[in-house]
Amino acid sequence: MEKMKVVGLSGDQIAAYAAKQCRVDVVSAYPITPQTIIVEEYSNYVANGEVDTEFICVESEHSAMSACIGASLTGARVFTATSSQGLALMHEMLYIASGLRCPIVMCVVNRALSAPINIHCDHSDMMGSRDCGWIQVFAENAQEVYDWVIQAFKIAEDREVLLPMAVNLDGFTISHALEDIRVLEDGAVDEFLPEREAVYRLDPDNPILVGPLVLPDYYFEFKVQQEEAMRKAAEKIGEVTREYYEYSSRKYAPIDPFNVEGANTALIAMGSTAGMLRTVARQLEREGKRVAVIKLWLYRPFPGDELIKLVEDMESLIVLDRTLSFGAPVGPLCSDVIAALYNAGRCDIRVANAVYGLGGRDLTPAEVEELSMKALKMAETKMVDKRMEFIGVRE
Amino acid sequence: MVTLRELPVEELFGPGHRLCAGCGPAISMRMLTKAFRGPTVVTNATGCVEVASSIYPFNAWGVPWVHTAFENAAATASGIEAGFKALRRKGKLERNVDVIAIGGDGGTFDIGIQALSGALERGHDFVYLCYDNEAYMNTGIQRSGATPHGAATTTSPAGSKIPGKPEWKKDLIGICIAHGIDYAATASIAYWNDYVTKVRKAIEVDGPAVVHVLAPCPLGWRSEPKDTIKIAKLAVQTRFFPIYEYDKGTYRLSIKVPNPKPVEEFLKLQGRFRHLFQPEFADEIRKIQDYVDRNYERIAKLSGEP
Repeated sequence: MEKMKVVGLSGDQIAAYAAKQCRVDVVSAYPITPQTIIVEEYSNYVANGEVDTEFICVESEHSAMSACIGASLTGARVFTATSSQGLALMHEMLYIASGLRCPIVMCVVNRALSAPINIHCDHSDMMGSRDCGWIQVFAENAQEVYDWVIQAFKIAEDREVLLPMAVNLDGFTISHALEDIRVLEDGAVDEFLPEREAVYRLDPDNPILVGPLVLPDYYFEFKVQQEEAMRKAAEKIGEVTREYYEYSSRKYAPIDPFNVEGANTALIAMGSTAGMLRTVARQLEREGKRVAVIKLWLYRPFPGDELIKLVEDMESLIVLDRTLSFGAPVGPLCSDVIAALYNAGRCDIRVANAVYGLGGRDLTPAEVEELSMKALKMAETKMVDKRMEFIGVRE
Repeated sequence: MVTLRELPVEELFGPGHRLCAGCGPAISMRMLTKAFRGPTVVTNATGCVEVASSIYPFNAWGVPWVHTAFENAAATASGIEAGFKALRRKGKLERNVDVIAIGGDGGTFDIGIQALSGALERGHDFVYLCYDNEAYMNTGIQRSGATPHGAATTTSPAGSKIPGKPEWKKDLIGICIAHGIDYAATASIAYWNDYVTKVRKAIEVDGPAVVHVLAPCPLGWRSEPKDTIKIAKLAVQTRFFPIYEYDKGTYRLSIKVPNPKPVEEFLKLQGRFRHLFQPEFADEIRKIQDYVDRNYERIAKLSGEP
């Protein structure tokens, strides 16, 4: 039973729209391209009395996240958004948000990091904060931004999880492009996502100490509990996405597979690129060449077991990283894929890494086709010619 | 002004903290909590008070207390205030909760000043309490923007060429007042009733208020723990640290010092100024005396004193 209507909005606008429907208590944010529209859109809601939200226009992203943490600790539902340098400036506070178990939801409009300065998309901002203890999903389009924001509050605020969650969307590609988006009626969102019931909060009747000094005798235990919460989050994502399917008829999971059955190779990627990978895969299929496309929605906690199930009959994989981990053997996503395969004892599956699209560089269908052919050849020869290559870089 | 009898018996800070014997900031925290008027939440920047009062699994605080980071007590307070405001408006919280942000001089004058400036400009209803021990004492006595001229710290050591910190102390209260806030004040732990009264006044202000309290650190000032209050008093009686308040556009010199003692009286009890008493640096003491006189006169003038 789907209760929905269609709206025409950009990825940034829909992020703000989703937060509005989630009846957020506090938004604390700072503008940065290409996230700015989220802040602007939300300020309009506030100015027009469309939301009952305390909107704090802070003086920096560091303070944005600090204020989000403070607000979250009062038991309020909190939303923010950032991008690139802004996320980097928040870096310290990202760890504190997860360490203090604040279920803040944040849209990260992915953008390259300076220097040199560049406002276009790649994933180096979020990958720079990869280990910050946040649940991280990557959306492919504005529809997915909407759906993930609504699901994110439910996942993050679950009393067995209590972790912040980042919904990533590719800068400009998703943030600024208009799309038709199917949205739930406000009442349906309220039904799916009731008001936040905080387990621990700053209550003068029951004083607690939050963020104390913890020495070597206890610190490790705190961190292990965070790791356990991450594992719990993986379970909750399954429950929440199944429940959301009943409301929206849209099916989410940690991984979004395409053409997997019978394929002996796959391209693995995150974000807006996945659509184009599928288009190329469809073309190749008409030529009798089968290449699967595996899009990861969930990046942290890493869905290793689900991934192994999907690729267990495959011979080769090419992992596309939209970031560069300087001096590392491969990019971060590829590194995680290889680790998952190794853990499962599947060192026989050949893996290559393609680094693409830094600073907004286009990835062309011709390049994807070439990659697909490489993947098929790897499956056939069981050899990897080049472990890591840069796609579309001038020699 | 309050009397001792009027102060609450209840201790909301300590016992059980691990601050040093004779610690000025510890005294200032205890007095601060005596001024609380009802449900209160404290957020504390990284620093001596924070680390020594919250060593897990122990807790020296009788109110909800949050530490997030070093530079953002004012920003965290902004979020706490906004969270309570939203919940109260939506009927999920009945009572008003006072929000207090605490920072040392490092977390206030230096790294935290951006967050403080932002919060003051936005007009959040909270009190910012800066306990000033005039250096980074938690990391081992390094100079801050609050360290006075001539003081020796581990990063402004007294050498044969440079006699301690060359720069003068930043005017924190001046900076805060420039934001257009309603209330700001300096205080000293040696004048407890003035201090407690000012904190209560700051809490009662609707909007942001700042209290800057001088709190000597025996370790960093190289002084005797038993002399903490004596030194804090001499800071006032030599006019080294003028005690005044700013209330909706009006300045008032809270503690008038008509016959000041020479600044040497304050300096000589502290090892951090010991080098200034060597003959080659005699001019430095004259410079400090001159600065102290001019600063006091400036504030006296603002306060309409002759």
